[in-house]
Amino acid sequence: MDKIVNNKIKLEFMSIGENVALARITVAALVSQLEITLNDLEEIKVAVSEAVSNAIIHGYQNKPDGIVTLSASLKGHTLILEIEDHGVGIADIQKAMEPAFSTDPERTGLGFVFMQSFMDEVKVFSQVGSGTKVILTKQISADLKNIAVS
Amino acid sequence: MSLILNSKKNTLIVRVDGDFDLVTANEFREKIDHSLEETVSQNLLLDLTKTNFIDSSGLGVILGRYRKVKANQGEVIICGAKPAIVNIFEVSGITSLMPICNTEEEVWELLESKSVRGA
Repeated sequence: MDKIVNNKIKLEFMSIGENVALARITVAALVSQLEITLNDLEEIKVAVSEAVSNAIIHGYQNKPDGIVTLSASLKGHTLILEIEDHGVGIADIQKAMEPAFSTDPERTGLGFVFMQSFMDEVKVFSQVGSGTKVILTKQISADLKNIAVS
Repeated sequence: MSLILNSKKNTLIVRVDGDFDLVTANEFREKIDHSLEETVSQNLLLDLTKTNFIDSSGLGVILGRYRKVKANQGEVIICGAKPAIVNIFEVSGITSLMPICNTEEEVWELLESKSVRGA
């Protein structure tokens, strides 16, 4: 029978790389309360990883003393994720979301491309000097042939 | 993440075990750059059979190594990636730069054919 879940979590953590895995594993555990395909689960984990990595690398510019807030809510089959930092903010959101826009040759500049590819909706709110909030939304529909084992 | 490295036939073989993200990307870059120099390997084979996760931070360091290896006329080839990781490679466009093989045997066949053509 189709599972309906209403649930919400909120997590605050320091802006260190080790917490990227913490964030995606936490969200994966939450969405696993639904019947979800392995493909959807993996795509959500990538989107969370990208948003949290951006907050750490760009928002807080790799300084470890910032706080990243992750809120995740399940309303029926809709997952809403909010990833917020109080870092430097983004001056030009449209440019930041362009594929392969990165000043670092070791980075792909594909973070927002992955978020847009793997989630249904990506909203970015940012103010220079105040921080950035990314809201990611995805409808999760069960494909009973390919359900992830939770 | 743990990395197992060895070299064979002018190729550095790296088996990546675990998650490949912001934290582990730095470790990957340092170890691979050091080993490419130490073993004087021209090619890089990434065996992702035991890799559970990759994001754009992981892809970034793979692309960084690709540029280095290509500058030395070498090849970067990936094998054993799970379907979810192949999906990430496809969305990123990395598949147009480096071959994705199912098995290590396919990699050796591919490198053999390239060396025959290049001879």
